[in-house]
Amino acid sequence: MSQSSDPPAPPRFDPRAFFALRFPNHGSRLGVAHRDHGDDWSELELPWRADLVGQEETGVLASGPILALMDMASSVAVWLKVGKFLPHATLDLRIDYLRPARTGQTVIGRCECYRLTRSIAFVRGQAHDGDPADPLAHVAGTFMAAEGYW
Amino acid sequence: MKLPPYAELLGLTVEPGADAPVLVMPFSGDVVGRPGFLHGGAIGGLLEMAAVGALLQALEAECGAKVKPVNVTVDYMRGGREKETRARGTVTRLGNRVANVSAVAWQDEEDRPIAAARMNFLIVR
Repeated sequence: MSQSSDPPAPPRFDPRAFFALRFPNHGSRLGVAHRDHGDDWSELELPWRADLVGQEETGVLASGPILALMDMASSVAVWLKVGKFLPHATLDLRIDYLRPARTGQTVIGRCECYRLTRSIAFVRGQAHDGDPADPLAHVAGTFMAAEGYW
Repeated sequence: MKLPPYAELLGLTVEPGADAPVLVMPFSGDVVGRPGFLHGGAIGGLLEMAAVGALLQALEAECGAKVKPVNVTVDYMRGGREKETRARGTVTRLGNRVANVSAVAWQDEEDRPIAAARMNFLIVR
C-alpha cells in the first residue's frame, strides 16, 4: 500500500501572486510592483510618476512614496520569513534619506527580515535607483503580529 | 502652503493654524492598506507633509530657504480606521543648518494619536 502519510504542504507566501492579484489600495495607487524575492527578503519597485513628485521644480519624488515602498518591501520580507501571509502592524519605521531619487528613474526597495520572534519581526533594507552600490535610502523597522507570528 | 503633486494623490487639504497648519487626509481607497485600515505608508507620508508644513511656516520670513529631509522615524500607535485623519507638525528646534521637527496624526481626538514622527531637516538658505 502506498504511503501518503504527509499532508500536502501549505502553500508558501507568494509575493508575485500577491502583487498580481491584490485589490486596489495605497500600494497599487502608487504603482508598487514585485521584482524579486528570497526566503527572507523582498525587492519591490516604484516607477517614477509625475503625481508622486514632492518638488515640482525638480521632479524629484516625494519621500512619502519611498517610505510606503520600504514599508511594503519590509512587510513582504516578514511574510516570506514567516512562510505565510498574516495581518501584522508596523510598530516603527526609520528611514535615512541618503540622497534624492533621480528624476524619471524607477526606485527599487530591497528589505530583509533579519530576526523573527513570536511577536516581533525586525527588518532592514535599502533603496536605490539602478545601482545597488549607490543607495538613496536606508530603512530599519519593526513589525508586530497581535496573535503572534507562530 | 503650496502642496506638491504627491499631497494631491493623498487628497490632502490644509487648515491654517497659528503655529503650524493642520493637514487633513480624507479616507479613500487610495490610502488604504489591508481592508479596513489605513496604509502605514500613507500615514507616514501625511506625517512628513505635516512636518514640512510646520517647518515652512516657521521659515516663512526667510523666503527662499529650502528644506531637505535627512531622516524620519515613525511610531505607529493605533490602526488608522476608515475615516478622516489630521496631522500637525511642531518645530522643536530651528537651527541655522538643521531643524528638528515632530508631527502627530490623529482621527477622533487629538490626544489619542494614531501615529507620530520625528524628522531631521537640513536647511539650505
